[in-house]
Amino acid sequence: MRYSPELAAIRFGCGLSPALPPPRSVSDLLDGLIGPDEMARTYPIELFDRYQNRLIDLTALWKAHRKAKEREAKGQLRDQIDAVRDQARRDASIWFAHTLMRWIDTQSGLRERLAFFWADHFTALGKSGAIRYSGLPYVEQAIRPNMTGYFSDLLISVTTHPLMLQYLDQAYSIGPGSPIARKKPGRGLNENLAREVLELHTMGVDGAYTQSDIRALAELFAGLSYDWAGGFRYRADFAQPGGETVLGQSYGGKKASLSPVLEFLRDLSVHPDTARHIARKLVVHFVSDTPDPDLVAHVARRYRESNGHLLTVYGALLEHPGAWQSELMNVKPPADFVASACRALNVRPDRLDLDRPGRLRRRLVHPMAGMGQRWMAPEGPDGWPEEDAAWITPQGLASRISWAMTRPRQLVGDLPDPRRFQWDALGSYAPASVQFAAQAAETRAEGIGLVLASPTFQRR
Amino acid sequence: MALDLTRRSFLTRSALIGCSAAASPLLTRVSFAAAPWDTRLVVIILRGGMDALDVVRPLGDPDYTSARAGLLRQDDPVIDLDGFYALHPGLQPLLPLWRAGEFGAVQAVATPYRDKRSHFDGQDLLEAGSTGLGDVAGGWLNRALGQVPGVSLRTGFALGHGEMKVLAGDTAVTDWYPDTALTLSPQAALLAEQMMAEDPLFHGAYAQAMALMGEGQEGETATNGAAKGKRRLPEHVNIASYAAEQLRGDARVVGFSLNGWDTHRAQTKGLTRALKRLSQTILTLKRELGAPVWGKTVVLAMTEFGRTVRQNGTGGTDHGTGGALLFAGGAVRGGQVLGDWPGLQESALLDRRDLMPTADLRAYVAGVLQGVAGLDRAALEGTVFPGLDMDGPTSLLL
Repeated sequence: MRYSPELAAIRFGCGLSPALPPPRSVSDLLDGLIGPDEMARTYPIELFDRYQNRLIDLTALWKAHRKAKEREAKGQLRDQIDAVRDQARRDASIWFAHTLMRWIDTQSGLRERLAFFWADHFTALGKSGAIRYSGLPYVEQAIRPNMTGYFSDLLISVTTHPLMLQYLDQAYSIGPGSPIARKKPGRGLNENLAREVLELHTMGVDGAYTQSDIRALAELFAGLSYDWAGGFRYRADFAQPGGETVLGQSYGGKKASLSPVLEFLRDLSVHPDTARHIARKLVVHFVSDTPDPDLVAHVARRYRESNGHLLTVYGALLEHPGAWQSELMNVKPPADFVASACRALNVRPDRLDLDRPGRLRRRLVHPMAGMGQRWMAPEGPDGWPEEDAAWITPQGLASRISWAMTRPRQLVGDLPDPRRFQWDALGSYAPASVQFAAQAAETRAEGIGLVLASPTFQRR
Repeated sequence: MALDLTRRSFLTRSALIGCSAAASPLLTRVSFAAAPWDTRLVVIILRGGMDALDVVRPLGDPDYTSARAGLLRQDDPVIDLDGFYALHPGLQPLLPLWRAGEFGAVQAVATPYRDKRSHFDGQDLLEAGSTGLGDVAGGWLNRALGQVPGVSLRTGFALGHGEMKVLAGDTAVTDWYPDTALTLSPQAALLAEQMMAEDPLFHGAYAQAMALMGEGQEGETATNGAAKGKRRLPEHVNIASYAAEQLRGDARVVGFSLNGWDTHRAQTKGLTRALKRLSQTILTLKRELGAPVWGKTVVLAMTEFGRTVRQNGTGGTDHGTGGALLFAGGAVRGGQVLGDWPGLQESALLDRRDLMPTADLRAYVAGVLQGVAGLDRAALEGTVFPGLDMDGPTSLLL
């Protein structure tokens, strides 16, 4: 149960690569998180701030469309609207390809893994129109730069993000005693964000909060809003007058403002229940569905001691022997399976046909849906399941095997020799059955497919 | 000799095939056991918390319209059911079934889940069937199958891409999504089998997948052909039609999910969409099962909780407690809304916000299992739904 470079790449990184060395040590792993973000520079993804311009354009176009009287003018505007939307969809598929390329080319796989982890922890989806394609811009702006500082900064960044406020219905929630409620009878609170912040994002469902905490927090949150032109906006006219008592502490009271909300989120970020919940979730995600209680306790303790300093928390996870059990455990979710397979194959950007989004969808996105993961579209704010059994169903496994057998040859020029490839993909982890399959397969494609379809490759 | 299909030789042959099947029980395509009972049960989990008060509207309650003014549209037709309740227009396609006694509802029911109103814990408890979370392993429908002798892998089906915890557990069931495709050369299949054999989770799934694939290649049924046609069927229709195909054969229990019930905002739109999917699902089942099998079918649609009595501030409703159980099929006593109505005046609500549950949802479901699969009360109260008291509710079955 000690550090091994191979295991570090498989369990805490994007998998083994034939082109890049695995991390040498725990400090190598951690250093990779704080250096310059080379992958983000090489394979850019638009920041949400910029993405917003598209939404501003669309708002203006729709407004003109409503006002236009002539049929022809309406038709032209409609064409422009469709063009903006299509462009967003095409760009989103390039960003998906860039996400894959980051997984393939990174020397700091842990950074990409953490980006997936936090994007899932703070699941937020666009629910209609062009907002639907803004998932990766949200992650790029609200999450990726905040993964190594204090959890409070990450929490504040996502909780005040327009996409989250839209997804969990916060933007239109207003205090029942707010100035605007007097003008708009029938409008009022919406508990959705308040509940999920406590249940999913911080304390966990076993946390020490009650329905009245949720209600009070919904009142405290009233005012968190946005408009596409300016992004996040605190609307004092939406706020519930007076202070709120949440989790036994009182917040605000005098003039409605954002600062009591931020004060609450900072307090919440260092709540012992939050420490426990985040620690456990990290261990479950990176190590095992049935986590070693010692390991969880150790990570939670470091979390509390450091006030939720995330780099310290990751360090606690990586320094503990419980994280280095040599047996591969967790099953990779479909996106991680596909991306780590592309890394083992060292897929090059020109083969991803960035200008042909239809191909990307057929080769990568649709197959992932068959494996049970619709890219960037989980069913609910709890994101994707961690349990291995949720993924390895007959239909999920059949789709994985099918992809492994047929798609790699479309993604690389010449398929490698399966006997070498089993080493590229699995290193010294390759069991005899996989080594045998790699040399006994009838064709290269089947040999590659069998290596990728092996339980060993699908676990980490 | 070849024609000597006496009972004795038939039994011997079955026993022989049975032996080889025992060596690889999952790989067999032939089902040996005839189905252990005749009535079909379809369990649909409506994930997200269906707003019972909007689906089966208690228009006769004096507090209803004031609590829901913004959710009731002026131009909605009032689909009166019994003078007190009215049906959401999104379920209009099921009205003929209601009139034929093939569709009904139970109002104001809930699982024992209270207080935290989490979707995820609420669904876990709904599927576990226990009184508290973590009381018991696996799902109630799986434990129910475990009570019946003669159940095979093909008696129970969990369909779709997502998890169906209600059917997970010690008794093997078939997990599948109808459009899955996998073709392996014999050599690749053999090598894969050897690799998978080292990992029980992968091996079980692999064996099932190969068995189901084998079936697909044997012959295409009409419904399969339609699914593979030019236009892809919507997922729920595809699943319902595959479910019907299995239920026409040896399958007796099918479970799947319909999502999209979490209507915090713009509920009139979102709920209509979800109800359309539910109607299409039930109508597909009825059509593709055919009259004789539909006549012995029970469909139960259940959700983790109901929603707040008062609409929230954004044209929707928040997580609540008391909800509804919907039931359909040719074997049910439909055309009625069952359940004790607790009233909507503030003093009658749970925590002054939710519809007060007046019965345990599980008691109705247990009654159905009793009728469908012949489970006795001791097994239902002790094993399938531990901690349940079955006294009280009317049977949903004819």
